Amino acid sequence: MLMKEKMPLTPVTPVPAEPAAIAAGAHRKESSTAEVKSGSESARSERAEPLVDVSNQVNIEDSWAEKIDPAREPKMSANGVSVFYGSKQALKDVSIRIYDDLVTAFIGPSGCGKSTFLRCLNRMNDTIPSAKVNGRIELDGEDINASEMDVVQLRARVGMVFQKPNPFPKSIFENVAYGPRIHGLAQSKAELEQIVEKSLKRAGLWEEVKDRLAESGTALSGGQQQRLCIARAIAVDPEVILMDEPCSALDPIATAKIEELIHELRGRYAIAIVTHNMQQAARVSQRTAFFHLGELVEYGRTSEIFTNPRERRTTDYITGRYG
Amino acid sequence: MVKRVRRRYAAERRFRLLGLAAVSVSVLFLAFLLYTMGVKGLGGFVHYEAALTIDFTRSDLFLDPAALRGPDARQAVVSADLESAISNAAVAAYGESAAEMFGGGAVDKLTEAIVRNPDMLNGNVSLWLPVGSKIDVAAKGDSDAGSEYLVSALQQRHALKWTFNTQFLAASDSTDPSAVGVWGALKGSFLTILVTMLLAFPVGVLAAVYLEEFAPRNRWTDAIEVSINNLAAVPSIIFGLLGLAVFLNFLNLPRSAPLVGGMTLALMTMPVIVIAGRNAIKTVPPSIRDGALAVGASKMQVTFHHVLPLALPGILTGTIIGMARALGETAPLLMIGMRAFIAAPPGGISEPATVLPVQIFLWSDEVDRGFVEKTSTAIIVLLLFMLLMNGLAIYLRNRFERRW
Repeated sequence: MLMKEKMPLTPVTPVPAEPAAIAAGAHRKESSTAEVKSGSESARSERAEPLVDVSNQVNIEDSWAEKIDPAREPKMSANGVSVFYGSKQALKDVSIRIYDDLVTAFIGPSGCGKSTFLRCLNRMNDTIPSAKVNGRIELDGEDINASEMDVVQLRARVGMVFQKPNPFPKSIFENVAYGPRIHGLAQSKAELEQIVEKSLKRAGLWEEVKDRLAESGTALSGGQQQRLCIARAIAVDPEVILMDEPCSALDPIATAKIEELIHELRGRYAIAIVTHNMQQAARVSQRTAFFHLGELVEYGRTSEIFTNPRERRTTDYITGRYG
Repeated sequence: MVKRVRRRYAAERRFRLLGLAAVSVSVLFLAFLLYTMGVKGLGGFVHYEAALTIDFTRSDLFLDPAALRGPDARQAVVSADLESAISNAAVAAYGESAAEMFGGGAVDKLTEAIVRNPDMLNGNVSLWLPVGSKIDVAAKGDSDAGSEYLVSALQQRHALKWTFNTQFLAASDSTDPSAVGVWGALKGSFLTILVTMLLAFPVGVLAAVYLEEFAPRNRWTDAIEVSINNLAAVPSIIFGLLGLAVFLNFLNLPRSAPLVGGMTLALMTMPVIVIAGRNAIKTVPPSIRDGALAVGASKMQVTFHHVLPLALPGILTGTIIGMARALGETAPLLMIGMRAFIAAPPGGISEPATVLPVQIFLWSDEVDRGFVEKTSTAIIVLLLFMLLMNGLAIYLRNRFERRW
């Protein structure tokens, strides 16, 4: 990792804590308590200093995460993730955590790598032949890129909702039933119908479509289609839901409905959402990560990121100076 | 400014006229084709029959009544010399010049009549029998003086009428144009196309799916892609030579059989299906694949549950085009011996057969004037057959498309 050469510049991270965090989750817990104290001190000192160029020191965000949520066990954690498309590096050494009962928003200008990072979390980047992912990503402490990890099962545990609503050109029922069916989650037709109903209810779509489950999913409006996609994702009972700009193709009313839905789903699933819209990030998320040019610039409580960012680039982006 | 706008509109008008002209020319060609086919060929669906009274008691037919009741009745009647019986009766009725007015068609019809009702051999029978091709052509108004004289004589006695030529669809090839039919060729075409379809469609679709969805992008797949594209452009006769060398000389499969014909045509059709299939698969939006992958479908499930059903209309369109081409193909079939004279419809895919286009080609080579009309009629049958098959395929495609 790049960490070591940069360590002298950052008084924030205790040097031995970092390799330990990568090596084992259990060990990390022990070290985190020690880290909290030094972390909070350094954060204050950093803020006291004038805004210096700290772009080379961004790899401290791992300690940020532990500092902000010291006691929490992450649902997913990424350590030093880099992604290359051919020879182009799209993501540089990103470390981040996603928690069970929190919504984590990834913000940043276009092409900053936030979607790329999201796609690493359920290995959707596998479908791009030129993409190469380095670093370690864990789901409940298991390495998702390990050879024992079955990618099909991983994606059943880590669901995804895409930018453009992409229901299958099949009936509404089939759209939702597809996942449970291929994973054999239902033993009988009645059970399958139950799963479909439950998923559509959770996605807030049941009342609108219960009388026309046999109609095509593509005949719904954009917002309904997106909620159908969310229902499809939760039908396989995932643990994490990744949302890649789920509202960017929707009108404000549909967007509001999706945001409301995200609130309702929070707690049941760990949610990570990529968004262009900073107000949206502020509304729906509790943790925010700001990406810029493939780097994770800042990670923290959403309220802090938007009111009191530590990095100049974050400030600039949030105040609309670029992006 | 105004001038520019006017010029722009003028250009648009010119372009429209040009387009209209292009469409008109093609419509004209089509109309001309259909008109000539119709004028020349529709007559082939009817033929003239003449009344004839045969006195079997006076004819010297040797037919054993017992054999006529048995299972070999047809064989017994065929071996009897019905032809001279008809000829003698015709001479008795219409004079010397009528000796050859009836042809093979009349013999066939009389045979059928006797098999059905052997009792008629005991007395005097009046029948309408199809006339020979010379009289038929003359009656349709296109022949030499001798036949025309006989035709007018027959018409005066009201002994000539036209009926639908049911035999044309029921009989097979013959040397006598009054007795020919397309049934054998139609059946041969059907069997050949069936073999082609069963081979080319699954292989072509699987190849397309593999190349598009599973194959790694490297120099090998590039080479395969180029080869397939080139294969689609290879002249069909080359495939005939390939079929001759591989299927007949090397594998020793039966000559002139629909099996070999179908395999040869499958080689020819496969690249078309692969190319159409790949294009159809490419048009399936990647978001559908992503959606399926994201709920945990495996690559194969994505392909067979989502990609293939969506690509199927496109694949079917390509298949229709390929099949239509195969159906009308002559050259490669000539190379594998399907140009033989085959008088019986094939009983299976390994029996000698001919196909419609080859039949048309063979008839167009015949000297007898009766074949001119039959050639055009066979073309109409071929076109109708194609229309039927394409219609069926388009219907199937629309059903797949209309599902959502």
